[in-house]
Amino acid sequence: MIHSLFLINASGDIFLEKHWKSVVSRSVCDYFFEAQERATEPENVPPVIPTPHHYLISVLRHRIYFVAVIQSEVPPLFVIEFLHRVVDTFQDYFGVCTEAAIKDNVVVVYELLEEMLDNGFPLATESNILKELIKPPTILRTMVNTITGSTNVGEQLPTGQLSVVPWRRTGVKYTNNEAYFDVVEEIDAIIDKSGSTITAEIQGVIDACVKLTGMPDLTLSFMNPRLLDDVSFHPCVRFKRWEAERILSFIPPDGNFRLLSYHVSSQNLVAIPVYVKHNITFREGSSQGRFDLTLGPKQTMGKAVESVLVSSQLPRGVLNANLNPSQGAYTFDPVTKLLTWDVGKINPQKLPNLKGTMNLQAGASKPDENPTINIQFKIQQMAISGLKVNRLDMYGEKYKPFKGIKYMTKAGKFQVRT
Amino acid sequence: MLEPDPNYFSSFVCSGEIFELKAELNSDKKEKKKEAVKKVIASMTVGKDVSALFPDVVNCMQTDNLELKKLVYLYLMNYAKSQPDMAIMAVNTFVKDCEDPNPLIRALAVRTMGCIRVDKITEYLCEPLRKCLKDEDPYVRKTAAVCVAKLHDINAQLVEDQGFLDTLKDLISDSNPMVVANAVAALSEIAESHPNSNLMDLNPQTINKLLTALNECTEWGQIFILDCLANYTPRDDRESQSICERVTPRLSHANSAVVLSAVKVLMKFMEMLPKDLDYYGTLLKKLAPPLVTLLSAEPELQYVALRNINLIVQRRPEILKHEMKVFFVKYNDPIYVKLEKLDIMIRLASQANIAQVLAELKEYATEVDVDFVRKAVRAIGRCAIKVEQSAERCVSTLLDLIQTKVNYVVQEAIVVIKDIFRKYPNKYESVIATLCENLDSLDEPEARAAMIWIVGEYAERIDNADELLESFLEGFHDESTQVQLQLLTAIVKLFLKKPTETQELVQQVLSLATQDSDNPDLRDRGYIYWRLLSTDPVAAKEVVLAEKPLISEETDLIEPTLLEELICHIGTLASVYHKPPSAFVEGSRGVQHKRLPGSTGLGESLESPDTGSAAGGSDAPPAVIPSQGDLLGDLLNLDLTPPATTGPPPPPTSGMQLGAMDLLGGGLDSLVFFLFLSPRVQLGGDLGGSSMGAGFGAAPAASPASFSAPVSGGLDDLFDLGGGVGMPMGAYNPPKTVWLPAMKGKGLEISGTFARRAGIIQMEMTLINKAMSVMTDFAIQFNRNSFGIAPAGPLQVLTPLSPNQTIEVALPLNTVGPVMKMDPLNNLQVAVKNNIDVFYFSCQYPISVLFVEDGKMERQVFLATWKDIPNDNESQFQIKDCHLNSDAASSKLQGSNIFTIAKRTVDGQDMLYQSMKLTNSIWVLAELRVQAGNPTYTVSIPLRLKEKKAH
Repeated sequence: MIHSLFLINASGDIFLEKHWKSVVSRSVCDYFFEAQERATEPENVPPVIPTPHHYLISVLRHRIYFVAVIQSEVPPLFVIEFLHRVVDTFQDYFGVCTEAAIKDNVVVVYELLEEMLDNGFPLATESNILKELIKPPTILRTMVNTITGSTNVGEQLPTGQLSVVPWRRTGVKYTNNEAYFDVVEEIDAIIDKSGSTITAEIQGVIDACVKLTGMPDLTLSFMNPRLLDDVSFHPCVRFKRWEAERILSFIPPDGNFRLLSYHVSSQNLVAIPVYVKHNITFREGSSQGRFDLTLGPKQTMGKAVESVLVSSQLPRGVLNANLNPSQGAYTFDPVTKLLTWDVGKINPQKLPNLKGTMNLQAGASKPDENPTINIQFKIQQMAISGLKVNRLDMYGEKYKPFKGIKYMTKAGKFQVRT
Repeated sequence: MLEPDPNYFSSFVCSGEIFELKAELNSDKKEKKKEAVKKVIASMTVGKDVSALFPDVVNCMQTDNLELKKLVYLYLMNYAKSQPDMAIMAVNTFVKDCEDPNPLIRALAVRTMGCIRVDKITEYLCEPLRKCLKDEDPYVRKTAAVCVAKLHDINAQLVEDQGFLDTLKDLISDSNPMVVANAVAALSEIAESHPNSNLMDLNPQTINKLLTALNECTEWGQIFILDCLANYTPRDDRESQSICERVTPRLSHANSAVVLSAVKVLMKFMEMLPKDLDYYGTLLKKLAPPLVTLLSAEPELQYVALRNINLIVQRRPEILKHEMKVFFVKYNDPIYVKLEKLDIMIRLASQANIAQVLAELKEYATEVDVDFVRKAVRAIGRCAIKVEQSAERCVSTLLDLIQTKVNYVVQEAIVVIKDIFRKYPNKYESVIATLCENLDSLDEPEARAAMIWIVGEYAERIDNADELLESFLEGFHDESTQVQLQLLTAIVKLFLKKPTETQELVQQVLSLATQDSDNPDLRDRGYIYWRLLSTDPVAAKEVVLAEKPLISEETDLIEPTLLEELICHIGTLASVYHKPPSAFVEGSRGVQHKRLPGSTGLGESLESPDTGSAAGGSDAPPAVIPSQGDLLGDLLNLDLTPPATTGPPPPPTSGMQLGAMDLLGGGLDSLVFFLFLSPRVQLGGDLGGSSMGAGFGAAPAASPASFSAPVSGGLDDLFDLGGGVGMPMGAYNPPKTVWLPAMKGKGLEISGTFARRAGIIQMEMTLINKAMSVMTDFAIQFNRNSFGIAPAGPLQVLTPLSPNQTIEVALPLNTVGPVMKMDPLNNLQVAVKNNIDVFYFSCQYPISVLFVEDGKMERQVFLATWKDIPNDNESQFQIKDCHLNSDAASSKLQGSNIFTIAKRTVDGQDMLYQSMKLTNSIWVLAELRVQAGNPTYTVSIPLRLKEKKAH
């Protein structure tokens, strides 16, 4: 199982170590540093690194490498999933998961890690159980503790630990009972030069924020559940009911959680909400290149496309760019050759355009590579797959909760080749 | 007053501070104590040494403040090992806490005690642990279950003696699913260090309990249970189906590790389902979406998923055959994800989707990352070879890429086009002109070699082939060996095709290769061509321009038995590295090889690459090139130690290795050399004319590159016979080595050796059946080999070989079989057939088995022959660390049919003159110099071989 954990910052310092079995010398990280040196980008460090006696499995989050050390045959996904859980927990507890936050709360971090793994076996990884065991630090609590001498470690066995619904604690009370669901869809797409779609798929999630008293039992049904043929559920969802009736039936955890994630594959027809007209050319023998890019909405059901951000890695030979945006602002970093254009909202009447010239090094030959254009955007009040919630019902409790459902579509990895 | 939150992290532990902390720890105020312990922990977490505070911290343990208690426990776990005597102080508190009414404290105490790796403490742990394993609170029981695994890690014997393992097994039937999951996890971990202990005797009842717990326990527990289920072998297809049905819902879990473990169980159990079953098809369909979903996760997860998908696609390509698009590469994927995706794209490429794939690959070839671009270009070539209908399109795509003139793209493209020519000869030669335009831009050896090969191969269609090749010849000595060898062959090909214009060129390259080069490969190949050309141009043409076997479709498929094993290990490190777990995971020695169950349909679904290539034209078994290490191994066998001592063989001597030159191969070279330089010297008969010449011809015909392996081996084995000295029988017989491991032989393991007994060469083999079924119908066949060794009778395995049975077989051999020169010379390729399959392996026989009993030359003849041989043909070798006198050595060598003809003593050195005769009537003469008291022998072998017409 998981032997040890090392946290390493961007400059290569080990700033925290935790051992669940015998102590493993930090020199084991030297193998990691070697791999890090070989990788051109921080993201390119391979996730599994063998060393003579151990295996190092790492994830990079918030510019921190979380490096787990294992000694025997352990499923790598198990380790990676656990590391993700550690990151999520830190973020949950400290608001941000940064080196500074971890260092400031080093004792809580240590208590948490001790609670999450026992001898390398996961013990308590559910956020609400952990929060009952170890209270998150808040300024208020620090003050109270200092005055009263009380502690931020729970004295009682968390109720959820062993119940049939380990994700929910008992005795939850709210004055305002509310349940919000956000349907968020990210569209991943590759569009080729000519504007036709090579591949497009949708990663959707339903995130919930449920603040309901007692033990509510919810059901959520969809207008078009047939869209959801590839889904992953939160453990609270009753799978049998879904299989039989295509209805989500569950006792929700308290607070924020991800109810469901789903995938609409490239085999279904996925609507593409924006189009790009581009003309990025270099001529042989000329030290200048032309750049002309126009964005427009497409299949958005009348909803506005907002927060549009265009970025593109221009060829290495480009020295600088003189461009003229019809709206928004652009920047070009001459070192990384990254062009970003913060467009804002697309006005269908006056399409945003970025036009101008790129300068190459004098005498340099025409660049070989074609830049790819990366687009980010948001569309409120629409799920691009067409998914719609039909109704939400609550059983088991008497009060009438306030219910809300929001839809949003975002660009995931949305790439246009030129 | 409110204190600001102290920043523990920045505190620096110097001796003054330790002193201060000590004072605070012993303070009466609870709050101050707690703050002090926190500071201590903070120092500890960043790796500072605060062990000096041990007694003071332990004093804080007796508290009703849970946080303080936890902090002290944290400290204890870290430092108890370094202060075992002090740690005893804590035992009482632990024992007391194990009785606490609060289950949280009971669990915490037993958990912490298990983490303190001090023997004295573990003694006290047993009783509390026993109680906790039966505690009324499931939280305590589940914690105690893990504690058994901890204790086992510290003291395995203790755990067994105390009967904890049985208690743990009982917990599998616990009413609480979390307890079940932890018991399974603990047992699995213990089982890993005890591979044969049969801890998890899975039967339908326990399986049922596990499946029930599976639905209710945490995500981590589900992983443990699924991994445990994967070790079970269902009794029949109905049980298999019912387990599959109950595992399938796990495919919808949010935790990717649960998903992959479920995929493993399903992949394994579906082997048992009949393919015509409806459910089988349903299951196949259900497997695709979760795998696709894994690819939308974080890049690290994607990487592990892709490595596993690579295995799944090889085993069951139908699952993902429609999902090609999800493997398309995004430009900001990390490089490790890109390369894996590319690999899977090629595996999924078929006639139906090839157009899409090619368009993508072409797109990738214009990306920024050079490594990725290169791999993409290679991938286009692999597509052409895999999907025949697409070859034309691939070639035109490659041509487009060559037009971009991007240096590394052009070079990669030329390398793969060479492969395409090998696969589809005489089809795409029209592109050669375009290739030739780029000749000047090639600067990588592999690309240059490929281009030269193309020019040589199609010399008759390239008008200025001679000019092109000549241009390469200018810098001949600066080229890498690969290019030099290729250039040599190409020019010879050109000469054979256009002899009139290129005589000068070929002479030039032959002299460059043979006279000015230090590289033995190059020299050898040069001499061979030279001799071939000068003796028989027709034969040369047949040899050099022979039709080449087509290259096989997919070269990088994982070997089927390994693939089967890896499918059983989906989701593990083994599956990420594509190696069996026994190959690399420490501590898992003796891991049992897992096999897929009920693999009745295996033969049809998996066509082994071996049979594929055999069907591809040549009837020879696939050439297995034995590593040079084997030869060196033989060299190490030199066992000239006196018979009384049974010490280890002497270490290899560098002098020996340096001088280790192939007796026959090397000798022949010199002879060939001789022929060229002074044609009047007539060799005794046509040495090797019948046996060796043919052999030489065959090798370059098979592959122009096959000469790169240095010809060596003869002499090494010659010295092997020294080993015979200690044996009563006289002749040296090397110990049996494993020729065919059970992994490759589908359960059949063959080890063996060669011996010469009463003038008959015998192949002595031990056959072991490690499979689960009976083996029958054994037969054996040899490929053509250097000395014409062939079985003199059928393989005598008359009774069927039942599982785990071992049988010894001796196969008499003769030397009248067909002859072909092997590399190394003493290599023998063997095919063994049984009712399961045909297996190929190669082994090497010691040259000594070929020395015949009438190898004693008459003194006069010996003397005359010895004198005949010019001195410069003599090679010398040293054998170090032989503590034998000359007489003893001589009598021992005689046991191996090396006969001492004469002995001379000069200056305290004994000179033994020896002769031996090979089965093909080649005489070998040698001089062995032994200096009394000096453990170094010197052997001189004049390189003159004489054939005697025996028949």
